[in-house]
Amino acid sequence: MINLTIDGKPVSVPEGTTIMSAAEKIGVKVPRLCYHPRLSVEGACRVCIVEVEGMRSLPASCAYPVEEGMVVRTITPEIREIRRDIVELLLDNHPTDCQTCERDGNCELQDLAYSTGVRERFFEGERKHYENDYSSPGVIRVPDKCVMCHRCVRICGEVQGIHCLGYHSRGFKTVVMPAYNLPFNDSVCSTCGQCINACPTAAFLEKDAVHNVMRALADPNKHVVVQFAPSVRAAIGEGFGIKPGVPLQKKIVSALRLIGFDAVFDTEVGADVNIMEEGMEFIERVKAGGPFPLITSCSSAWIKFAENFYHDMLPNLSSTKSPMSILGSLAKTYYAEKAGIPKENIYSVGAMCCTAKKFEAARHQCWLDENTPAVDAVMTTRELIWLIKSNGIDFMNLPDEEFDDPLGDSTGGGSIFGWTGGLAESVLRSVYYFITGETLVDIEFDGLRSMEWVKRQTINIGGTDYKFAVAHGLQNAHTLLRSIRDGKEEAHFVEIMGCPGGCIGGGGQPYARTTGSIPLDEKLLKKRADALRSEDRSKTIRRSYENPWVQRLYREYLGAPLSEKSHKLLHTKLVSRLPVGISRRENKP
Amino acid sequence: MSCTECKLTESEKLTELSAFIEAHPDPVEAQGALIPVLHRAQELFGYLPTEVMDFVADKMQVPTAYVYGVATFYSHFTLIPRGKYPISVCMGTACYVKGAPAILDTIKQQIGIRTGETTEDGLFTLLETRCIGACGLAPVLTIGDDVYGRLTPDQIPDILEKYHVEK
Ligand code: SF4
Ligand code: SF4
Ligand code: SF4
Ligand code: FES
Ligand code: FES
Repeated sequence: MINLTIDGKPVSVPEGTTIMSAAEKIGVKVPRLCYHPRLSVEGACRVCIVEVEGMRSLPASCAYPVEEGMVVRTITPEIREIRRDIVELLLDNHPTDCQTCERDGNCELQDLAYSTGVRERFFEGERKHYENDYSSPGVIRVPDKCVMCHRCVRICGEVQGIHCLGYHSRGFKTVVMPAYNLPFNDSVCSTCGQCINACPTAAFLEKDAVHNVMRALADPNKHVVVQFAPSVRAAIGEGFGIKPGVPLQKKIVSALRLIGFDAVFDTEVGADVNIMEEGMEFIERVKAGGPFPLITSCSSAWIKFAENFYHDMLPNLSSTKSPMSILGSLAKTYYAEKAGIPKENIYSVGAMCCTAKKFEAARHQCWLDENTPAVDAVMTTRELIWLIKSNGIDFMNLPDEEFDDPLGDSTGGGSIFGWTGGLAESVLRSVYYFITGETLVDIEFDGLRSMEWVKRQTINIGGTDYKFAVAHGLQNAHTLLRSIRDGKEEAHFVEIMGCPGGCIGGGGQPYARTTGSIPLDEKLLKKRADALRSEDRSKTIRRSYENPWVQRLYREYLGAPLSEKSHKLLHTKLVSRLPVGISRRENKP
Repeated sequence: MSCTECKLTESEKLTELSAFIEAHPDPVEAQGALIPVLHRAQELFGYLPTEVMDFVADKMQVPTAYVYGVATFYSHFTLIPRGKYPISVCMGTACYVKGAPAILDTIKQQIGIRTGETTEDGLFTLLETRCIGACGLAPVLTIGDDVYGRLTPDQIPDILEKYHVEK
C-alpha cells in the first residue's frame, strides 16, 4: 500500500493507483473529460491537473500514479484558474450552439464549463469548420463539436474491436474520422452508436428519423404502425426522471396512441417468432450434425461487423431476421391482409435502443421485396423520448394501455432478448422442448446472465451436451470467434450482441449522463436488465413456442417454422462486404 | 530514390516493402515500426497510395485508421503522387530574407498550384523546405536534382520552361 495525503487527508491505496482514483477514496472527484474508467488512459485534455508538492509541472491526475509520501492538492487558486482556462480554450474552438444542440442539457462540456466557472469568453479565435458526414444510415458525424478527448476512438477500438476511427492530421487541424476520410457509410463502421454514447458532446449523433415519422403521421393515406423493442421500455423512464429498473411498456403504448399511431405492436412478438425460426434452424443443424456453431444474427451492428470481418463464418450465421424486421414484415403482410389494408399504405415504424437498426431497416436483404422495406423508419429511444416530449405528453401520468392484436401479446421469452445472454436463454427454453418434447422447468440460466464479456454454459438436452457461448461488445466477439475459428474451443450455439450489455446498452439509449452515471456503467446496465427480468417474471407464459398468438400465426398464415412462406418473409441473406480499412488486429493491453 | 528502384514494377515494390516489414518482426512494436515502414513505402512508390496503406495495415495488422493517422500526422508523408519534377523552394532564414516568398509566389502563379500540390499534367509538385545548406546562393530552389541560386522572380518562367521542353 502507498500512503499519501490528498487535500490534507491521509489516503492509503494499492501501488499503481492513479491520483484521480485515490482522490475518489476521500470523496473528491477531480474534474475530467477524456478519462473513462473502462477505456485506456489517454491524458489528452489536461482538465484533471492537480498540484503535487515538489513537482514543478501540474500532472494529469488520471494518468499519474501515486507515490509514497506524496502531498497532493486537487484544488488551489492556481489550479482553479488554469483548469478554467483549459476548458475555456476548448469552448473557444467550439460552436456556441447550445440552444439548438441535440445534447443541450445533457452535455459534459456544458457541465465542465459550468463547474469550472467559465462565465465569460476571452480567447475568441480561429474556429475549425468541417462538413458533417450524413452518409451513414445510422450515425452522423459532426466534427465541429469535437473536443478531441478521443473517447470515441478508444471505445470503437477497445470495446468494439472495430478501429473505424482514428486521428487525422495534427495540431489545430486534427480531426477524428474513418481511414482515408471515407464517408462513414463506406467505412468499417458497424453503426453500433457506441461512439455516440461515449462522446461528451454532440460530435456523433443518430441520423434523424422523427421528421419522416411525423410526416407519415400527418398523411391521411398512411396507416402508421409502430413497434418498440424490449430495451426501450427498460430505459425510457430515464428520459423522464424515473429511476432505471422499471419496465414502462404500458405507458409507451399509451403515449404512442396519443401521438397518433394507428396500431401499436410489440417487438417481443417478433422475438417469439424469431425463436421459432432460429430454434428450428438449430434443430436442423442438430439433425444434420452441423455446421456448428449456429450464430445469432439479431444484432444489426454484429451483422455489419460479420459482413465486414468474418466472411468465412457467414454460413454459420442464422438467416432468421431480427425481431424488428420480422415484426415489420408481418405487419405489412399478415396484419395488412387481416385488416384489409394494402401494404403500400402501411408505414412501419420501429422504436429501438439501437442506431444500427437504422442500418438494418435500410438493408435491402431485410426488405419484403425491392420496393417494400419491412420497417420504414427507426427511431432511437432518445428520439422517442423527444417525440413524446415534443407532443406535450405528461408521460408518467399516462394511463396504462395494452398492445394491439394480433402482434401484441408476447412471452417472457421475448422480453429477455434485451440483455446479453437473453436470446441464448430464450432459445434454450424452446429448443429443449423441440428436442425432448418436454417442458423445461428451470428456465433461468445464471451462467448466461452475468455481465462477463464472454460467457459459456454447457447444457444437457435429451442426453447430449450442448455448448452455448455468449459475447457482447464486438471486441469480445473477436475474442470468442477467433478462439472457435482456431479450434481452441467448441460451441454449438453462439449469441453475439454488438453492444456492451446487449440491447439495453445500445447506441440509441438515453445518455448515461441523464441518470448521473457514465457510459458503459455496469450498474445502470444491470438495472435496465432488471426491468426486463421483472417483465419476464410477470408473464404467465415464458416460453416462446407456447405463445397462443404465435401458434395461431403459424396455423393461419405461415404453416410451420422454416416453411416456404416463413423463408420468404422472415429470413434474410448475409453478404460479404469489402472491409475498406481493416481492424483485424488483436487489441493490445 | 535511387534509379534501380524507380524501375521496379508495382508488385516488385510490394515484395520489397513486405521484406522490409518482416525485418521488423516484433508485432507488439508494430505501431512503433509504422513510421519507418511508411517511410520505406514512400521511397518506393514516391507517395502513399491508398492500396499501399491497406497493404501495410494488413501486413502489420494495424488498423487502417491508425496507418492513415500516422500518414497524415507527419508532413513528411504525402498521399498524393509526386510530380515528375518536385520543385522545392527554400524558405530558410537566409533565403527568406533574400526574397524566397516572391519566388514562391511567382511559381504559384506560373503553374497554378499551391504548396503541396501537383500540377494536373503530373509534371511539377511544389514544396517548401527548410535551409538546404546553400545559403551563399540564397534564394535557392531545387527542381529534381538541379539547384538554382541567386534567383530573381523574372528568371522563373525560363527555368520552368526547360522542364516543359524536356518532357
Ligand atoms: S455539444 Fe454541448 S457545448 Fe457543444 S453546442 Fe452542444 S450542448 Fe453546447
Ligand atoms: S458507430 Fe460503432 S463502429 Fe461506428 S464509429 Fe461509432 S463506435 Fe465505431
Ligand atoms: S468525437 Fe466526441 S468522443 Fe470523439 S474525440 Fe471528439 S469529443 Fe471526444
Ligand atoms: S481526464 Fe485526465 S487528461 Fe483528460
Ligand atoms: S536558407 Fe535557403 S539555403 Fe540556407
